Amino acid sequence: MSTPRAPAADPVVSAQSAASARPALPRSSVRGAAQLGLAARPGVEAVAAKGWLRAHKWLLLRRLSQLGVLALFLVGPWFGCWVVKGNLTSSLTLGVLPLSDPFVLAQSLAAGHLPYRQALIGGGIVFAFYLAFGGRLFCSWVCPMNLVTDAAAWLRRRLGLKGGKAPAAASRYWLLGFVLLAAALSGSLAWEWLNPVSMLHRALLFGFGLAWGLVGGVFLYDLLIAPRGWCGHLCPQGAFYSLLGRASLLGVSAARRRDCNDCMDCFAVCPEPQVIRPALKAAGQDHPLILDGDCTRCGRCIDVCGKSVFRITTRFNRSES
Amino acid sequence: MKDANDTPAPARATTGTRSSRRRFLKEAAGVAGGAGLLALGAGLYARQAAALPATALRPPGALAEGDFLSACVRCGLCARDCPYDTLKLARLGDAPATGTPYFEARGVPCEMCEDIPCVVACPTGALDHGLTDITQARMGLAVLIDHETCLNFLGLRCDVCYRVCPVIDKAITLEKSHNPRSDRHAMLLPTVHSDYCTGCGKCEKACVLPGEAAIKVLPLKLAQGSRAEHYRRGWEEKEAAGGSLIGEQVELPVRGMEDKAYGDTRLRPGETPLPQPEAVPAAPAGSGLDSRWKP
Ligand code: SF4
Ligand code: SF4
Ligand code: SF4
Ligand code: SF4
Repeated sequence: MSTPRAPAADPVVSAQSAASARPALPRSSVRGAAQLGLAARPGVEAVAAKGWLRAHKWLLLRRLSQLGVLALFLVGPWFGCWVVKGNLTSSLTLGVLPLSDPFVLAQSLAAGHLPYRQALIGGGIVFAFYLAFGGRLFCSWVCPMNLVTDAAAWLRRRLGLKGGKAPAAASRYWLLGFVLLAAALSGSLAWEWLNPVSMLHRALLFGFGLAWGLVGGVFLYDLLIAPRGWCGHLCPQGAFYSLLGRASLLGVSAARRRDCNDCMDCFAVCPEPQVIRPALKAAGQDHPLILDGDCTRCGRCIDVCGKSVFRITTRFNRSES
Repeated sequence: MKDANDTPAPARATTGTRSSRRRFLKEAAGVAGGAGLLALGAGLYARQAAALPATALRPPGALAEGDFLSACVRCGLCARDCPYDTLKLARLGDAPATGTPYFEARGVPCEMCEDIPCVVACPTGALDHGLTDITQARMGLAVLIDHETCLNFLGLRCDVCYRVCPVIDKAITLEKSHNPRSDRHAMLLPTVHSDYCTGCGKCEKACVLPGEAAIKVLPLKLAQGSRAEHYRRGWEEKEAAGGSLIGEQVELPVRGMEDKAYGDTRLRPGETPLPQPEAVPAAPAGSGLDSRWKP
């Protein structure tokens, strides 16, 4: 991977074959910096090419969504103006719309309790939404823990921390299985005693206690021990939503992959970098659509690509352009 | 990480499938073990934390603790709809299971809302919607636990717990009894009746003692002994059968008390007590056991 390559004469060739020649790489890009022995600043090329705002469009929208969801919950306890009551595990919006987290309901069912209709309807709505649009939209657009792990990943990149070993990416599916097993065996929502995701959100709304420690632990784990370790490898809630997002209608497509200059910036910012390769490099599939359920639809790859390779589209649009 | 992603797919495929399968199995085993350990830890922790401390009371209509922990998703909707901010969600580090709703009687007791908004708000059934009459709630049971500090037990007339009880005269009554210390006064002892006490905690909150209350609301399991089912209460059997099960009893007259009801040993004015048997001098010390029984 460290072999410098000459600029490609024909961009189509460069996109189709990994071994062919490449255009020159910007010094700030991940690969360009690696070749020069510099610290990489993924996204700088995109800012230069598209302007700061367009190079941060999806990130800004996502932060808006995450903080907006939080705000909807918080205006109640802070200002006495109740929009959404409860928390992410189960809530009631404007007194009429129930929403529940199907992951927690699954644990409850495994523990031997059939929830009331209100929770089941709420869980059904959420389930259907993520089934249709991509399960891990929850992770990147709603989950408050994402702010923490994104911050850890950002700091990791900024400090140029290398190394660290993440557990195998399949760990989360095992953990998901064991979480349900533990619920069934203990007859209680065992995981909810520890679940940093629901705990962080609840703590923001109802008071922290020692939950700071757990959240800080996840941050430090991601920062120092395992890159993208929590969301990308361990979190059983993310695993649940990954499974749910297998057949989603929305997806990211590397539609203009023939323009790719292999700068590797998208891989550096993607929380699940393994999902990009099949679509971008046509490895194991022909079309440029990222179909992997692990893709969080965060759109960060769209932002940081200076060549505007990626775009959000539907699962039926498999064309290249 | 970057390296792994950058390895062209064919290169990976060329490493023998057998060794890659072995590596996969090894990795899977390690991962499964790790995940299992983590989940086991969570499970064990859950088990241990499931022991609710005695001062933590669940909201009205809460299922039995075991069922409650499988049903409550820790959403806090009950706490949000409690107009008195009685209910709070346990934070990590608090004694009840993290995120579950509870209250402490000595902190903010339950005001026994007639429409029970907390129960209505619960989306999962952890709080049973079948509870529509708050007087049927059994959040715990008040116990006058300290007979040494309770002012009424000292012979005073505090009565505060009795006065504040929303189910006054049913859940708490004042039972008159003789005050052996002064030998001429009555003591009015606050007495809780499990048929009516909802466990709201207002009595414990109101107890005038400066620190800990003399009356405390405890979980039912702690507060109550189990009923001695093998012991047949004659008076209950009699009432149920509409009369004594063994027919009319012959009541033998007691000498000197012929004109009194059975068991009535009170002296009337002018009556003298029956002569007592002569007092037996205590056996001198060291004389060993002597039951004084003579055939
Ligand atoms: S009955 Fe009323 S005061 Fe008591 S816990 Fe429920 S909402 Fe709060
Ligand atoms: S409303 Fe029900 S599910 Fe939610 S915290 Fe209260 S008891 Fe638990
Ligand atoms: S807890 Fe106390 S105040 Fe409440 S019903 Fe029972 S005896 Fe009355
Ligand atoms: S309020 Fe306290 S001190 Fe007063 S009678 Fe009741 S238990 Fe005793």
